[in-house]
Amino acid sequence: MSDSEKKKPNRRDFIVTATTAAGAVGVGAVVWPLVDQMNPDASVKALASTEVDISAVEPGQSITVLWRGKPVFIKRRTQDEIDSARAVDLSELKHPEKDEDRAKNPEWLVMLGVCTHLGCVPLNDKGDYGAWFCPCHGSHYDTSGRIRKGPAPTNMEVPKYEFVNSNTIKIG
Amino acid sequence: MSDHEYTPKSKVGKWFNDRLPLLTLANHLTDYPTPKNLNYWWTFGGILTFCLITQIITGIVLGMHYVAHADLAFQSVEHIMRDVNYGWLIRYVHANGASMFFLAVYIHIFRSLYYGSYKSPREVIWIIGMLIYFLMMATAFMGYVLPWGQMSFWGATVITNLFSAIPLVGESITNWLWGGYSVDNPTLTRFFSLHYLFPFLILGLVVLHIWALHVPGNNNPIGIDIKKPSKDTVPFHPYIVIKDAFALLIFLLIFAFFVFFSPNILGHADNYIEANPLVTPAHIVPEWYLLPFYAILRSVPDKLLGVIAMFAAIFVLVILPWLDTSKVRSTVFRPIYKQFYWFLVADVLILGYVGAMPAEGLYLLIARVATAYYFAHFLIILPFLGMKEKTTPLPLSITEPVLGGSTDMAMARNNSDFKDKL
Repeated sequence: MSDSEKKKPNRRDFIVTATTAAGAVGVGAVVWPLVDQMNPDASVKALASTEVDISAVEPGQSITVLWRGKPVFIKRRTQDEIDSARAVDLSELKHPEKDEDRAKNPEWLVMLGVCTHLGCVPLNDKGDYGAWFCPCHGSHYDTSGRIRKGPAPTNMEVPKYEFVNSNTIKIG
Repeated sequence: MSDHEYTPKSKVGKWFNDRLPLLTLANHLTDYPTPKNLNYWWTFGGILTFCLITQIITGIVLGMHYVAHADLAFQSVEHIMRDVNYGWLIRYVHANGASMFFLAVYIHIFRSLYYGSYKSPREVIWIIGMLIYFLMMATAFMGYVLPWGQMSFWGATVITNLFSAIPLVGESITNWLWGGYSVDNPTLTRFFSLHYLFPFLILGLVVLHIWALHVPGNNNPIGIDIKKPSKDTVPFHPYIVIKDAFALLIFLLIFAFFVFFSPNILGHADNYIEANPLVTPAHIVPEWYLLPFYAILRSVPDKLLGVIAMFAAIFVLVILPWLDTSKVRSTVFRPIYKQFYWFLVADVLILGYVGAMPAEGLYLLIARVATAYYFAHFLIILPFLGMKEKTTPLPLSITEPVLGGSTDMAMARNNSDFKDKL
């Protein structure tokens, strides 16, 4: 349509546009609560942190605690396990992360016990790297919880945590 | 819809029919002209309707006793099995009914693949059918979660985690699906709600599926167009009704065998252990009817690509009417496609088998080859074969093969003048 043919918008065009716009906003305002009601609710979000007593965990032992419905592995690593995790060349890793960054206190590895592939719980002391192995689809993790082999895309996630004192970890 | 006018005989019937033409519809369904050469592979439409109704009725009854709560669901299912009058029967019919439903739908789909029922002018019937199939899988998956056993919980975890493969928004989407940070009570209650809803959506789509079918009419084993009504057709009632009823009876024998003699053979023992978010069962396996897709998912070593491959395996079926370039519908007249058809059947069965096995070593290799072949069949073999294949001559009518060897008909086939007169 050339400029000369261009119709000047009249009052009816204005009403149609304004009504459509108001209608779209209205539909959005109705749809959003219906969608958002499915998101995690206040009671779920309230369970944000957990304190764990780790005084009874021996070297080489691993405990599993539940945090936000998911298992968290707390592993007290042996010196061998720490050494093997730190000796790995980062270029060998699918998701390169230094062990020093994953375990601030090298003796304690705290991470979500959830395979990053499709969410199964990996088994301890299994697999090609003598650490974790996911039985669902065969992902192998090393002693730092890093993905080494199999379909999982990333390392097991390290949640936010802190040592409240030498015997207690607060997760979340 | 009906090609002919219909007037009810009784005065009341006429009065009603003028206001709401339900009797015209009933008459159309009774007189509906059907190709007379339909074989028993065509009886699965009726069987599937029966399956859907059975699932809806038993499901409504189970919903009266089941409690959708993470702390109570497992116990309420045991309550149904032990305390509710005939609860064991109703639940076993519902659980095995799902398997029988899928058995029938797979036969129905492969019948369509063999006789080219998805081709013009029946593409819309096929696409609606694929939507029904997709909704069936979603419904079955959510239903399997409801007993809140170990397989329920971990199956739900694995399948919902598929969405976490989506870049950037994956985690938000899975949290939204779960209503939390893992599969938990909010997940269970919404699955119950949707599991109740979806069968009625399926029912609506079934009405559209049949409506779309009644526009061009049934395909038939030799896949040629027929004039209707003519000597090539018979009325739906009583001919097809009685044939469908007989086939349904045989189907019910198999159904009853599972319900009464081996009600748990298609399930997993792990699902009689209550859901535990801290322990994953050693082998997570979906129900048998999802195994081929599960094998495709696992055969790809990358998470996102595996998920894409799995959904693509379903989507490739949706666009099948345009991938198959051959104008000839029935495999009977396609000697080369016939072989590829059986390769595909074997390929899907192999995928199902390796899907049930651990994803390692030889099984993984077989799964990869079978996955590659699955896509090659639809994306490479079908488009090229349709252009290259030399098909055998089509008969003029569905009556002709019966009169096979008749010289008149052989002459007629080569005589276009004669064809026009027909």
